[in-house]
Amino acid sequence: MSKDEFIIEAQGIYKSYRMGAAEVRVLKGADIAVRRGEFVAIVGASGSGKSTLLHILGALDKPDKGVVRFEERDLDGMSGREMNRYRNKTVGFVFQFYHLLDELSVLENVILPAMVPVGVIRWLSVRGCVRRRGRELLEAVGLGERAAHKPYQLSGGERQRAAIARALVNEPKLLLADEPTGNLDSATGNGILELLERLNRAGQTIVMVTHDERVARRAGRIITLADGRIK
Amino acid sequence: MYKLILALRYLYRRRVSYFALAAVALCVFIVVVVMTVMTGLVSDFKKGNHNFTGDCVVGTESLVGFPYYEDFGRILERVDFVEGVSPVIKSYALVNAGGSQQGGGVEIIGIDPVRHSRATGFGQALHYHRGDASKTFEPMGDANLAGCVVGVDLWLERSSKGKHYYDPNPAATAISVTCFPLTAKGALAKAGTDLVNTKTFYFSDCSQSGLARVDGSTVYLPFEDAQALCGMSGPVSRVSWIHIKFKPNVKLEEGCRQVRLLWAKFCEQMRGKDNAEILAQVSVQSWKEHRREFIAAMEKEQTMLTVMFGLVGLTTVFIVFVVFYMIVSHKTKDIGILKSVGASGGDVVAVFLGFAAMLGVAGSAVGVAGGMWFLRDINALEGWLFERFGFQLWDRTIYAIGEIPHRMDLTMVLVVVGCAVLVCIIGAFLPSVRAAQARPVETLQVSQL
Repeated sequence: MSKDEFIIEAQGIYKSYRMGAAEVRVLKGADIAVRRGEFVAIVGASGSGKSTLLHILGALDKPDKGVVRFEERDLDGMSGREMNRYRNKTVGFVFQFYHLLDELSVLENVILPAMVPVGVIRWLSVRGCVRRRGRELLEAVGLGERAAHKPYQLSGGERQRAAIARALVNEPKLLLADEPTGNLDSATGNGILELLERLNRAGQTIVMVTHDERVARRAGRIITLADGRIK
Repeated sequence: MYKLILALRYLYRRRVSYFALAAVALCVFIVVVVMTVMTGLVSDFKKGNHNFTGDCVVGTESLVGFPYYEDFGRILERVDFVEGVSPVIKSYALVNAGGSQQGGGVEIIGIDPVRHSRATGFGQALHYHRGDASKTFEPMGDANLAGCVVGVDLWLERSSKGKHYYDPNPAATAISVTCFPLTAKGALAKAGTDLVNTKTFYFSDCSQSGLARVDGSTVYLPFEDAQALCGMSGPVSRVSWIHIKFKPNVKLEEGCRQVRLLWAKFCEQMRGKDNAEILAQVSVQSWKEHRREFIAAMEKEQTMLTVMFGLVGLTTVFIVFVVFYMIVSHKTKDIGILKSVGASGGDVVAVFLGFAAMLGVAGSAVGVAGGMWFLRDINALEGWLFERFGFQLWDRTIYAIGEIPHRMDLTMVLVVVGCAVLVCIIGAFLPSVRAAQARPVETLQVSQL
């Protein structure tokens, strides 16, 4: 397989945190490479550094050492503006705890990434188009009737589906999901996984972090993280 | 657009915002009310001084006065920027009213009432002869008697509501005025035992200038009589001041500058004449300069109040700072979410500063509306408090204040609102910057939920 087919790759990633006086070394030279269109699950025990690695791939955090390349472009060489654009357009995040804004309606939450780079004047011209796209996504995840609701009016599964719709609104090349079913019962979690599988079948590249082997088996490839390295 | 939406939602969905809004509203309310009342009082006081003085005065504080005023008055009446000219005698005298043996010291002002009304607001300050200054010194009982106008607070008691009760048919009460006449050199004009000039006048009117000091210590006399009493009449007669009113389109500073030029030229022409050396003591002043010692005191009080309310504003900055610190602390998750979808640190600052600006605008709107409502009824409220509890903001038997000023100045309101918004933005700035610097990965931790 050609190297060009890797949509994202990370090499020799080191990351440590300070916890009081102690330094906790989370990642100790982790390497990962994901091909375009792949559905990869990263598994590992709690505290193995799965989420940290995902955050580094999504530019929510920076490694102490190591290189992350997205389509051959080194994330470390990106300016602040390019990094914001990367988080806004290139990747979409799905978090374990949904992370929807309580002040916004479900539809507003979904279209939030589309609103971020647009000024007030331009928003007036693209508003209709963006809202239509938001409604389509909500229909696709089965929340068509819940657009005007507030997040606290939704169940856990519905919130996660809304979070997935938000992650997809800018048509990102890479979807990063951090324990997307970790806070849901098995039936609801299964529905979310089916949704992710459907998206992957449609061509969406997905990297999912989970500690649950059964969930991981739904992905096309499983990568195990242990003691800060990929096994 | 999302910044606007989020800022607006934070404003009306966070209960703690209402505390900050209330603090801003209260502060704006207090500042607007106090500044309106204080500015109104200062403005009324300045207006009273302007009316009393005219636009410009030429003269001297010396009791001797200065000569050749008629010549200079004619020059002034010929120039196109002058509307009215009034020579005035000003001195001090003892008065005995209604045959009383006990006299009191007063300031006497000798005027030609018609000329003085053209140069100042004197005609409008009269009670019985308002609008017809020609008969100012004609007592109502007998027009042939020599009349005098007495400062209203010298003549009538002020009621607890600040009103004077005028007799519709006032008696021509005799008022004896005694002066020490002075020569042009400043010596007593009369030697021997008969040092003073005394003349009896009869009450013809009251003058209410709105200036407590003037209304409580001034008696106006006919010009020629005052001049004779003070020893200023004679071959080279003298006056204390010339009051001048400029035409409406003439700027005060420019008018005064022109008068100074005319006066300098006039002094040159008069050089060598009898008593011309006195002219060197004469100054040309605008009404603001002439009444500076009185106006400055009021303006100083206003400045002190402004400084005090500046400190109140600082307290508001602190309140807003605390509220925003709390809000930002509770909104770290939102900050992480915004950053995870590509918002920059500047965008996060903009959300919170937008929130602060909206808080400032909303708080100011409430404060200004409350201030308008309060000021509209402030006099009725004070009247009610006085009737029920005997409380008055100013004791009207002492202070020459009628109504409490209640007209808001739009410029002042806009400045206060602008300052309130700025104060909110300053208060929110540090917490906003702190929020912008937060790393998204930290704010999205499970422990932050």
